[in-house]
Amino acid sequence: MLNIPCPHCGLRNETEFHYGAEAGVAYPDPNTLTDSEWAKYLHIRANPKGWLAERWVHFAGCGRWFNLWRNTITHEIGPVYLPFTTQPKMPGNTVQEGPGK
Amino acid sequence: MTNTNDILPPGTIGRRRAAALPEQPPQLWKNVKPKKAYNAVIVGGGGHGLSTAYYLAKNHGLTNIAVLEKGWLAGGNTARNTTIIRSNYLWDESAAIYEHSLKLWETLEEDLGYEMFFSQRGVLTLAHSVSDVRSKKRNFYANALNAIDSEWLTPEEVKKLVPIINISPDVRYPVHGATYQPRGGIAKHDWVAWGYAKAASDLGVDIIQGCEVTGFDIHNNKVQGVHTSLGTIAAGKVGLVGAGHSSLLANFAGFSIPIQSRPLQALVSPLLEQVLNTVVMSGAVHVYVSQAHKGELVMGAGTDAFNSYAQRGGFHVIEHQLAAALELFPIFSRAQVLRTWGGIVDIAPDASPIIGTTPVENLFINCGWGTGGFKATPGSGWVMAYTIAHGAPHELNRPFALDRFVTGHLIDEHGAAGVAH
Ligand SMILES: Cc1cc2nc3c(=O)[nH]c(=O)nc-3n(C[C@H](O)[C@H](O)[C@H](O)COP(=O)(O)OP(=O)(O)OC[C@H]3O[C@@H](n4cnc5c(N)ncnc54)[C@H](O)[C@@H]3O)c2cc1C
Ligand SMILES: [Zn+2]
Repeated sequence: MLNIPCPHCGLRNETEFHYGAEAGVAYPDPNTLTDSEWAKYLHIRANPKGWLAERWVHFAGCGRWFNLWRNTITHEIGPVYLPFTTQPKMPGNTVQEGPGK
Repeated sequence: MTNTNDILPPGTIGRRRAAALPEQPPQLWKNVKPKKAYNAVIVGGGGHGLSTAYYLAKNHGLTNIAVLEKGWLAGGNTARNTTIIRSNYLWDESAAIYEHSLKLWETLEEDLGYEMFFSQRGVLTLAHSVSDVRSKKRNFYANALNAIDSEWLTPEEVKKLVPIINISPDVRYPVHGATYQPRGGIAKHDWVAWGYAKAASDLGVDIIQGCEVTGFDIHNNKVQGVHTSLGTIAAGKVGLVGAGHSSLLANFAGFSIPIQSRPLQALVSPLLEQVLNTVVMSGAVHVYVSQAHKGELVMGAGTDAFNSYAQRGGFHVIEHQLAAALELFPIFSRAQVLRTWGGIVDIAPDASPIIGTTPVENLFINCGWGTGGFKATPGSGWVMAYTIAHGAPHELNRPFALDRFVTGHLIDEHGAAGVAH
């Protein structure tokens, strides 16, 4: 089980949290959106092998959303940060974009 | 090695059953070095990749092909899954493809000339509340309309079928009824992969283990080959069948797919006397159980909550499914957990697979089977082979195209199934 550092309550068991997948996905402008841009916003989320900036909500504690970096291979947790603040730098490498991109 | 019999309660059979498995031939498939070029290359040597190669060779006459596997055959989800096979899905599109697969299962051992312990012992899906009964009955009627064998059982009928189940009304989630698919069942997963590998190899397919695909050779938006840990291999067509690693493969080729990779865990007990002769699933208390041929109880439940490539999950998930199992089967309280493990499953937003063409020409994808693709192993490879051979999907997989996330024609088995295995 992960131990997750809630920025408001401190270190708590994973069972007190819900997962929110990739952090920082901006809401697109619905007036200028094509169908495929809308699909991308709705359905595509980062799924890297390595470091991922992701959202969690501490539903059994303060009830608040926050973001953190976590390594999807080791489950190590990196910097924690609040929504709408500057995202800290990725702590290490990640396999997300292939060499072709 | 310690004898597992020593730690088993009295009455268990221990290893004697294992001895009853048929002998394997000294070699099932030829281990070869990759050639410089193939007509088609399949990325991923799980059940789906191997069955794709087999049907490409058998149904479409394409034999200058290779399966590239980064680890060892079936080392991914194929030999980590709990092997539940059924076709009683809610939506027409799902029912059609899973039923096609189940029909292929029914003759597979003869087709491949290889035993796989395919056992149609039935799959029971329990309902635990009034709304659960309503949605399971809806599923049952939908199956009837699709001519898929399905029965509705009362709690008493459930008890008759599975005498060790607890149907008393005073538990937290009493059994209110169940759907039953008699033709559902289980099979021996690693043998399924080996059977396909053997049959494909016999038809001339190259099976290459320890060969990781790290990128693609793409010119004018047309794939021409793959970069691998064993060098570059030219290929007229490429099929991506990488399960939990599918979004990485898609990214290598320059496009994105709506897949999240999550750990899914399972566990087994030591070998016990046969007490459970059908598969029992429950979405509400959230566990599914069967008893394998050798006698171990095999159990699983839902995924861990977060994205991961670690092939392991949290123990609280195991505890939760065991609590559920004990409520249904009080006699399991004396059994031990022998082993737990995890696989990385590829979850699509609608919990349905993605099978078809991609934005890159001659590059095809088959993924998103998530927590429930073992049952589809024959059907998935069959439609994927068709798609690769024709450069366009078969009727059965057309609805499962990648562009459904743009058109909005989702096949929402998440909402329909609760438990998706
Ligand atoms: C614990 C658990 C229980 C499950 N229970 C059931 C069940 O009861 N019933 C059911 O129907 N389904 C079940 N499933 C789901 C089922 O196992 C999967 O949907 C199915 O196995 C996926 O297809 P596959 O067999 O091809 O995948 P895999 O066996 O995972 O094959 C994918 C292969 O691709 C290889 N690969 C990935 N990237 C690369 C690369 N870059 N280069 C080369 N090779 C690569 C991997 O190493 C892997 O071997 C379960 C899964 C798990 C984990
Ligand atoms: Zn908190």
